[in-house]
Amino acid sequence: MANVLAVVEQRDGTLRRISDEVVSAAKSVAEQSGGVVHAIVIGPVGTSATVSQLAKFGAEIIHVVEHDALKGYSPDGYVQVIADHIKGSDYFAVLFGATTNGKDLAPRVAARLDVPLAGDATELAVESGDLVITRPMYAGRAFAKVTLDGAPRIVSIRPNVFRPQERAAAGTVQQVAFSGDASAWKVTVREVKAAAGGKLDVSEAPVVISGGRGLKGPENWQLLEQLRDAFGGRAALGASRAVVDAGWRPHGEQVGQTGKTVSPQLYFAVGISGAMQHLAGMRSAKTIVAINKDPDAPIFKVADYGIVGDFTEILPALTEAIKAEQKH
Amino acid sequence: MKIIACIKRVPDTEARLKIGAGGTIDSTGVKFIISPYDEYALEAAFRIRDAQGSGEVVAMTVGDPAAAEQLRSALAMGADRALLLKGQTTIDGLATAKALAAEIKEAAADLVLLGMKAMDDDQQQVGPMLAELLGVACITAASDIAIEDGKVVCHREIEGGIEVVEATLPALVTLTKGAHEPRYPSLKGIMAAKKKPLEEKDAQVPASRITLKDLTPPADRPAGRIVGQGSDAVPELIRALRDEAKVL
Ligand SMILES: Cc1cc2nc3c(=O)[nH]c(=O)nc-3n(C[C@H](O)[C@H](O)[C@H](O)COP(=O)(O)OP(=O)(O)OC[C@H]3O[C@@H](n4cnc5c(N)ncnc54)[C@H](O)[C@@H]3O)c2cc1C
Ligand SMILES: Nc1ncnc2c1ncn2[C@@H]1O[C@H](COP(=O)(O)O)[C@@H](O)[C@H]1O
Repeated sequence: MANVLAVVEQRDGTLRRISDEVVSAAKSVAEQSGGVVHAIVIGPVGTSATVSQLAKFGAEIIHVVEHDALKGYSPDGYVQVIADHIKGSDYFAVLFGATTNGKDLAPRVAARLDVPLAGDATELAVESGDLVITRPMYAGRAFAKVTLDGAPRIVSIRPNVFRPQERAAAGTVQQVAFSGDASAWKVTVREVKAAAGGKLDVSEAPVVISGGRGLKGPENWQLLEQLRDAFGGRAALGASRAVVDAGWRPHGEQVGQTGKTVSPQLYFAVGISGAMQHLAGMRSAKTIVAINKDPDAPIFKVADYGIVGDFTEILPALTEAIKAEQKH
Repeated sequence: MKIIACIKRVPDTEARLKIGAGGTIDSTGVKFIISPYDEYALEAAFRIRDAQGSGEVVAMTVGDPAAAEQLRSALAMGADRALLLKGQTTIDGLATAKALAAEIKEAAADLVLLGMKAMDDDQQQVGPMLAELLGVACITAASDIAIEDGKVVCHREIEGGIEVVEATLPALVTLTKGAHEPRYPSLKGIMAAKKKPLEEKDAQVPASRITLKDLTPPADRPAGRIVGQGSDAVPELIRALRDEAKVL
């Protein structure tokens, strides 16, 4: 058998965006390896009612592990459930999403199973029966192709890179009993402070609007917020490190080598010079737009489209134009 | 409190990388540094030691003899002693974690701190793998860390928010940027570092089970263009985003 397991993520009873991507990527691998896709979802009682969409993206069997002790992400509990599930099967590959929690979980599962792990994959292919994984190194200054000498092959995939594709499969739900003992867990979540307004995270948004030191001060962020709102909930704000270090914006918004890596459809760099460390976080965006008053700013070398000029003049016009465009 | 900080020698993040035969990096003329996230781990370790008023911080690395340079820097920043585990660095984080675990198992540390990711292989895995091998509590991607009532309490940056988590000691925590901007070594620190112990021993790094088939520079982005100056250029930008890039 050359089946592929997709480990999907839920929060507060809803599957996260990355889930469709992981299942879709697993489906592409399974089509080449000659197997089917299994998905595994861990969550509170009632989770099974929320998983049907995974069938649309290619999940043949959906294993659901429901227990109220598993409501939020608990590393100890989740590692055990997934490692136990994998031990009892013979998957060709296991795919995780390279989200904050996926990057916590995947290495621990790999260590428990004593197999190697390739993190943050941007491309997957099956060649001569083996899984070839493309992944960034040196903060995106190089891309490596690697293979894993382990069974199963464990990989995490970079969010927003593998586009969900609809390829329907049976999606049979199978309940898996949970027998863990939550009182033995060493790590507990005290609370989750959601970002204001529950806005999309910069690492997940299809449109990212980032501001840099050229914006002169935090008071000018309202211009970026208006542009974000013009995209009607599809956009998130990002920032350069200069802006985060100055305390204008929270670190959660920083894009780059010591911040988040983003791969949106559309990235706006406003008042950002385009330092190597910033590019490391956004150069895999599909389309990059730069707005900068300096025509020689390095950001224009990676941007698909640039406008030279002052942000105070350009942003309001851009916001109006996007609003008009969204109405069509 | 005994704290171990695991650090890695990596090429400077500004360095232009020349990729040589067999996927190796041509390191001639390249400056090497402590991986940036590992500086956060060091800084967090110093602050916890100093807040506790006692204890020691041991900087540890697996690497070739040249990595002694980064351990010296860690000593100059404020580590009490350093250990160079001489061995191959590898893209297979589990192999590195095993070499570190063999040493740390004996060390009876209360806290093991690492960077969230090494700025060369970008794997983001050695920390949680090491925690698993040591059988200790693990918190990854902490932007803030403190010891409260014998527990370690961290802020984690998750998508769209902050998670406040606590763990029992002993524990392993990986650090991201946050409330622990690393200090620069002072002149006094640099002088003092020369007298601090830097021990070397051979590491047992298992063979890598990840095969690097190819390493290439990222594909160049197709040349873009300046669509115009000022707000007059907005209509042309919108047209291009809609009709050419098809992202609207
Ligand atoms: C180890 C390390 C890690 C790092 N990690 C990161 C990281 O994760 N992310 C990151 O972003 N940086 C990172 N950096 C910092 C990086 O090197 C740059 O210093 C930083 O990206 C610069 O931010 P900026 O572009 O906002 O500011 P600047 O470089 O100051 O650029 C400001 C730009 O605004 C333009 N401008 C000025 N006025 C206007 C106006 N009125 N209208 C329009 N444009 C205007 C200017 O022409 C200029 O191009 C890192 C550095 C190091 C050493
Ligand atoms: N060779 C090494 N020696 C000591 N610590 C390491 C080594 N490699 C990785 N680490 C630690 O593990 C973290 C994560 O590395 P990685 O999983 O390779 O991204 C780094 O930030 C270091 O703290």
